[in-house]
Amino acid sequence: MSQTLKQTPSQTVGPYFAYAWTPERYGRRPLATNRLAADLLSAGGPPGEPIRIEGIVRDGEGAPIRDCVVEIWQARTDGTHAPGAAGFGRCGTDDQGRYAFDTVKPGTCGDDHAPHIAVTVFARGMLSHVFTRLHFSDEAAANAEDPVLATVPADRRDTLIARRGETPGSVVYRFDIRLQGEGETVFFDC
Amino acid sequence: MDSVVHEAEGDFGPRDWAQHPPFLSPLYKSTVLRSPSKPLIPMKQCLSVRTGPVFGHDSLDPLDDDLTRNGRVNGEPVGERIIVTGRVLDESGRPVPHTLLEIWQANACGRYVHRGDQHDAPLDPNFFGAGRCMTDADGRYRFTTVKPGAYPWGNHHNAWRPAHIHFSLFGPSFLTRLVTQMYFPGDPLLPLDPIYNGVPEGARELLVSRFAIEVTEPLWALGYEFDIVLRGRQATPMEG
Ligand SMILES: [Fe+3]
Repeated sequence: MSQTLKQTPSQTVGPYFAYAWTPERYGRRPLATNRLAADLLSAGGPPGEPIRIEGIVRDGEGAPIRDCVVEIWQARTDGTHAPGAAGFGRCGTDDQGRYAFDTVKPGTCGDDHAPHIAVTVFARGMLSHVFTRLHFSDEAAANAEDPVLATVPADRRDTLIARRGETPGSVVYRFDIRLQGEGETVFFDC
Repeated sequence: MDSVVHEAEGDFGPRDWAQHPPFLSPLYKSTVLRSPSKPLIPMKQCLSVRTGPVFGHDSLDPLDDDLTRNGRVNGEPVGERIIVTGRVLDESGRPVPHTLLEIWQANACGRYVHRGDQHDAPLDPNFFGAGRCMTDADGRYRFTTVKPGAYPWGNHHNAWRPAHIHFSLFGPSFLTRLVTQMYFPGDPLLPLDPIYNGVPEGARELLVSRFAIEVTEPLWALGYEFDIVLRGRQATPMEG
């Protein structure tokens, strides 16, 4: 198949996406939310471990970014993707740059990849969005075999590992995203 | 509609960086601290990105594609009524059917509903400014709205954004995701806009819609056409 048309260029989301993307606060029905767990569990397949993912998005000076959107796409606990949109989540950052997702821990994806979640980040000041990948700190053995992590310089790999923490009744993974500078998150061209 | 069907068709071609703006574009000041400084790491496409969410009509409300009606309180929104339509295609010219588009825009005075927009221009009680629709089997979408106004911003002295509509598209994969902006032909602010000019010359023109008399409805609304091209499948599907 020959490529005859040119890709439409990307542009920033700008500062004013919230009433379209996170319109709950304007009394409108959102397309997607940061609460994925219920949809994933009702989409069939085996139940998974409910988890929370949270973090802060920061700029090159370490300042939190409040006009940012994190989107995720993930498999179910059996490693398959649900039909439809279950497994897709969207969260705008708050005034402290924080985002969070309530979801289910994904399983090993069809191929030989460690359990992971695909992540995209959009913000005012980003003319194109970035792709990254969230891995889990309690999957050390699988991470060591993961073909994507293997392509990342060893000293930057930890930017892709969400740290597991447990509190009574909940499991929280911490995944901060640094767009630039010290501890810059690894972003992929894929 | 199972996403696994998409996966079997193979990899997507790369993002064409000759078409997209670089992350760092200093005339657009917010990019200076928000652009990755290290090169992107090439990644082989795995199942988790070759697939993507598939939205159905149950994601839409009946007035989602008509911004002149979906925010009404007590009358018509103010402004020049327009129809914006076009096709979503892949790089080989094939339509991208049944994919979701989201749009958002300022009102005719250049003011957003957003709580952070402090521009001293009137809000329109009958205009919300956000919509969604799906492409049909031929990849065509259509919105009814009002022409957005230009608005000032703080990037530099006397900075004004050209009139634009924000577009967000999904396509068949997490990789085909695209967020962009549509502009209007002949806008004198375009050559002065660092966001528009962040796109390489020769590519940025693709963001300008075309006035379309054949889309224009007599005695009702002006028509604009804006086609959107997403990443397509690679010429030779990869095995396994
Ligand atoms: Fe805007």
